[in-house]
Amino acid sequence: MKYVDEYRDGKLARALAKKIALAARPDKSYRFMEFCGGHTHAIARYGLEDLLPENIRLIHGPGCPVCVLPIGRMDDAIKLAQRPGITLCTYADLMRVPGSDGMSLIKAKAAGADVRMVYSTLDALRIAQEEPQRQVVFFAIGFETTTPPTAMALIDAQKLGLKNFFAFCNHVLTPAAIQALVGSPEAAASVPIDGFVGPAHVSTVIGTKPYHAFAENYRKAVVIAGFEPLDVMQAILMLVRQINEGRHEVENEYIRAVTVDGNRKAQDFVARVFEVRDTFEWRGLGQVPFSALQLREEFAAFDAEKVFDIHTVAAKDNPACECGEILRGVKKPVDCKLFGTLCTPETPMGSCMVSSEGSCAAHWTYGRFRDSAPKQRQAS
Amino acid sequence: MTAPRLRSRKLDVKNGRVDLSHGSGGRAMAQLIADIFHDSFANDLLAQGNDQAVFDIPAGRMAMTTDGYVVSPLFFPGGDIGSLAVHGTVNDLAMSGAKPLYLSASFILEEGFPLADLQRIARSMGAAAREAGVKIVTGDTKVVERGKADGVFISTAGVGLVPSGVNLSGDRARPGDAILVSGTLGDHGVAIMSSRENLQFETQIVSDSAALHGLTEAMVAACGEHLRLMRDPTRGGLAATLNEIAHQSGVGIRIEEDALPIRPEVAAACELLGLDPLFVANEGKLIAFVALEAADRLLTVMRSHPLGRDAALIGHVVADDNHFVQMTTSFGGGRIVDWLSGEQLPRIC
Amino acid sequence: MCLAIPVQVTELLEGDMARVTLDGVTKIVSLALVEDVHPGDYVILHVGYALNKLDPEEAAKTLALLADAGAAA
Repeated sequence: MKYVDEYRDGKLARALAKKIALAARPDKSYRFMEFCGGHTHAIARYGLEDLLPENIRLIHGPGCPVCVLPIGRMDDAIKLAQRPGITLCTYADLMRVPGSDGMSLIKAKAAGADVRMVYSTLDALRIAQEEPQRQVVFFAIGFETTTPPTAMALIDAQKLGLKNFFAFCNHVLTPAAIQALVGSPEAAASVPIDGFVGPAHVSTVIGTKPYHAFAENYRKAVVIAGFEPLDVMQAILMLVRQINEGRHEVENEYIRAVTVDGNRKAQDFVARVFEVRDTFEWRGLGQVPFSALQLREEFAAFDAEKVFDIHTVAAKDNPACECGEILRGVKKPVDCKLFGTLCTPETPMGSCMVSSEGSCAAHWTYGRFRDSAPKQRQAS
Repeated sequence: MTAPRLRSRKLDVKNGRVDLSHGSGGRAMAQLIADIFHDSFANDLLAQGNDQAVFDIPAGRMAMTTDGYVVSPLFFPGGDIGSLAVHGTVNDLAMSGAKPLYLSASFILEEGFPLADLQRIARSMGAAAREAGVKIVTGDTKVVERGKADGVFISTAGVGLVPSGVNLSGDRARPGDAILVSGTLGDHGVAIMSSRENLQFETQIVSDSAALHGLTEAMVAACGEHLRLMRDPTRGGLAATLNEIAHQSGVGIRIEEDALPIRPEVAAACELLGLDPLFVANEGKLIAFVALEAADRLLTVMRSHPLGRDAALIGHVVADDNHFVQMTTSFGGGRIVDWLSGEQLPRIC
Repeated sequence: MCLAIPVQVTELLEGDMARVTLDGVTKIVSLALVEDVHPGDYVILHVGYALNKLDPEEAAKTLALLADAGAAA
């Protein structure tokens, strides 16, 4: 696969690993947070942590929109699906996420709810056109990468004059989430994060400009990294150099797809359809101001929250769940009492386990063999 | 003596549909069985027209297996539910080293199912059986109301003969053993997904559904006493099968990502959908565990068989109290290859 | 968040759609979010939409940088 395989070259990886090992000062410790489910996945899937020296630690931040979706909103979606006449269209990632009482979309489907897994909003629109007697609600989640497709679907629905297409909007914003992590007093007090591996495809949409605030105001190094494992490693090398040289800048490793301004066309479509909510609950982080989107008044007829009169009831996570601390990098999955016992991918208790990108899920699925074995670093 | 040919109106295969009378035991059912199943499966035992087939068995051990087939869609690139049913049953027997002999086939038909499709499936089964050298010797037909079955469900049983001295079992893997796979991974699952409407991608990938007993016979003949076990990685893919065996044998498994044979198109389709080929079903492949000293010989034998051309050595068995299946990635890093929790779904995240 | 993959555009279709390919697997996707795309171009595909064009020159630069690591180490 062109533009994919080249960035997965194992030989280059080992060479980069050597460079990183040389660059990392033995007297320093480096803590980098990666903020992109895709990065968490790449790191776990390729076993990147085995290639890094011991004093570089990668923390998995809240970059997975499935993980940070509050239980209350999941309950809303399940209840919508259970209403007669409603067809709930959803990305597959959400099918198994448990709401309250262990109910999920896949279980609701088994009990007769019309839940349909779709690959794209285009499929949901098609269903609405082909089945005018059904009220088709699209369960919209995602960061800035996934928001433009929802915006396009709503613009198209408006153009087509569809009366049976709606969106249940749970889109969230990356800069606000990073802000919540570094900007809060707790964050400053707890274990510091030295730098961020910036999300790949969110950045293709929003550009590199929005990250300057963090670099300047909070003095954090930021490197936007591509999606492939070599991209991640190169970004780590660039971060280590920034720390060594006392810099805190925004650098772009993913130059083949990310520009300073991002995709203005996509941004404009999003601005046309959505506005920022005052506040939104993030699972594991609590209420975060100006962190999520809702449909503008002009699109009220397509807003599932308005049309179906949804009033979200907040639901609590298990009190022993340490997701909040894990998301902020203060604790590791193995530090949580529930990890691997009550909380597994089959029976997720908190946000870090519900999707394969969550810290705990990634560790369980790919990395838990490291808990039992003594540390084995790849000798360089 | 063959069953008397029915004199009633010919079955309208072209336009007809299954209805409840086809399952009620009366004339309509007899006609369906004769015109569609007997016609397609054609063998002496079936033609006797009894509720059972009676046959001699040579002395020795028998292998028996049963399977259910509910695949959707019923027709997919490279096969259909019928050929899949024959191949799958034959393969379950073949994995024990058995020579497959006889199959049974039980059909649950949904009211309204087109007879033309049923005939297509039956003919496909008959052809698959003939090609594999097995006979479908007995069967059953039931019809359920519209909505209670997905067109057709097929349930099979199969019996075969295990040659003396052959002892293959999932608990026989030992530290040091080599692990071989007979060919490319993920073809079947991707072929199925590409025919699912809501995923809509086009590809040349066809299902690898095939009967493997010719291959297994050659493998047992060449390496019999060194062969520990064979298993076909169907639902859950390579990952599920390796984990099953690790637990059954009480060992750990270490495989190399670079050694896994995967077609570029299959890899690409998995990338597009966010799937991992390790978890995708195969229907014409097998995994073999063999004593290390016989690994090269086994690989050569497999590669000289048409169904084993892309065979590869993918890893080894180790001692491991955790029974982990671990993979060295193409990067040199390590990761676990776990059981899948539930069916693998495409992802966006 | 973001399972996105570079794919090559092979054919422009009406309604801002296009046929794209990845190693022989083809799909029909939307180009509504991008501009100035021609057959032969590579785009980043996410949930059925092209999000951005991939810049081959910048890609080459990155690869050279990575390969540099290979040479120097």
